[in-house]
Amino acid sequence: MTTTLLDPTGELAPVERRPIPKPATLDGLTVGLLDISKARGDVFLDRLDALLSERGMRVRRYKKPTFTRPAPIPLIQQIAGEVDVVVEGLAD
Amino acid sequence: MQLPDGIIAVVKQDCPTCVLVDPVLGEIESRGLPVTVYVQDEPAFPSVSRVVDDRSLEHSFRLDIETVPTVIRVADGREQGRAVGWAREEWQALTGLADIGAALPAARPGCGSKSVEPGIAERLALRYGDVNLPARRLDVPPLEDDIEYCFERGWSDGLPVVPPTEERVYRMLQGTTRAADEVLGLAPPNHAECTVAKVAINAVMAGCKPEYLPVVLAAVEAAFDPAFCLHGLLATTWFSGPMVIVNGPVRGAIGMNWAGNVLGQGNRANLSIGRALQLVVRNVGGGRPREADQSTFGTPGKLGFCFAEDEATPWTTLAEDRGVARERSAVTVFSADGPVGVADQKSRTPEPLIDSLAGTLRAINHYKLANAADVVIVVGPEHGRVFDDAGWSKAEVAAALHAATRIDGQDLGMGTDKNAVAVRPAAGALPKFREGGIHLVRAGGDAGMFSAIIPGWLMKGSLGTDPVTREVSS
Repeated sequence: MTTTLLDPTGELAPVERRPIPKPATLDGLTVGLLDISKARGDVFLDRLDALLSERGMRVRRYKKPTFTRPAPIPLIQQIAGEVDVVVEGLAD
Repeated sequence: MQLPDGIIAVVKQDCPTCVLVDPVLGEIESRGLPVTVYVQDEPAFPSVSRVVDDRSLEHSFRLDIETVPTVIRVADGREQGRAVGWAREEWQALTGLADIGAALPAARPGCGSKSVEPGIAERLALRYGDVNLPARRLDVPPLEDDIEYCFERGWSDGLPVVPPTEERVYRMLQGTTRAADEVLGLAPPNHAECTVAKVAINAVMAGCKPEYLPVVLAAVEAAFDPAFCLHGLLATTWFSGPMVIVNGPVRGAIGMNWAGNVLGQGNRANLSIGRALQLVVRNVGGGRPREADQSTFGTPGKLGFCFAEDEATPWTTLAEDRGVARERSAVTVFSADGPVGVADQKSRTPEPLIDSLAGTLRAINHYKLANAADVVIVVGPEHGRVFDDAGWSKAEVAAALHAATRIDGQDLGMGTDKNAVAVRPAAGALPKFREGGIHLVRAGGDAGMFSAIIPGWLMKGSLGTDPVTREVSS
């Protein structure tokens, strides 16, 4: 059953949460590449890794144990603590 | 609502009196008066021919039934009169049938209507009543925990909040006679319109009971007074947050604490009223830590800081001093840091006790600073007794404290470098506190020769904050 709540705020902001602003440039940022354990996702991410590293970006690699479940909390926390932006492959 | 002419009865099988009068309803019907029975539980129960299933309780709600059985006489679609429970003479008068129910006892009280059971009444009012809850509706996605949802949306001060459902907010609003859409003012820092409904929503989240709502509303109104400078108090790098002190009969009526652990945890009214004010600032005003709230440290009291004054002392109360009669209830808002304890277990006369309090007071903010922040001194019962036994009024104590806290001009100036020396004014005693800047209240547990000094925001008066008092109205 869905619970309906009354908004306690001044209702100055829209209901939908906005994503965090996209950075204008990756200069000086650390990029995380998250492999969700889908087939051939690593091929795509390996290529990205090479291209970003060629341009002098800092790249860190992560891997979810399985694409069928959300990432484990410790992994999410580790990524949040180590990088500024994340790229993850969502499809085959 | 167009009602069926004749006699309406609202019953439930679960009520022995309803079972008792069921044959009487049949008797009325057999005498030619049309009878319509609304039944709240078992539609097969009534023995008359016209039965309306009212398990939804809509009819019971619309007919404003509090007790079953209730019989209503209707003519031309309108109610002509009603009788509650079984009272033979009343039923006879209502129906105009002089001999009905002859075999029954003269009277039997009825039972509570299912429509007024706890939790049901609110639901019925929301479904069938003319209820105005002016606020955006947000659906918590299925399988998501509603408390976690409140955290996710940023509505929490860091502790769980009670999810503000329509039922809870409706119940909260029953605590006041004020209209839900009445605007109390603009909540800083975003200058968002703050209605009674928005305060009620945040009061639900803070854990308030409906009977606390008038106090919360008064506190919000006091805090919105420009003299209190809530915007600046929120934004300052200094420690302070708003503190609410409650006076008058409402303290006892809603079970507030002014005795042991008065500034601490454990009393729902004290804790949730203070928290509700801060949630209004956070949610309606958008004032959040590390955003508009730039406090370097904050203080634990910024979760909520509210307590009641002990009025069973010879002193005038805080609200009385500020023009509110003792038989009326009021709140006063102050800016407040954390309390600083003062121990003096030796003094049995006022003068040395004044000296003890003054020593700590002189160090408030900085020991070389004159014109410091206003302070509230919560005088504990055992310290209060020292003043009371000597016949010292509150005004006399305040005057003595002002006199004993003056600072010599030669001692002023933070730091000891030459620059500090250069700005020192000429010798002569300067007041540590502005006139009226020492506020004395009474509260605390019976044992302990202690008092608590609660300093406020450094910016005061026209440059910052002044305490503001508001009467609590129903």
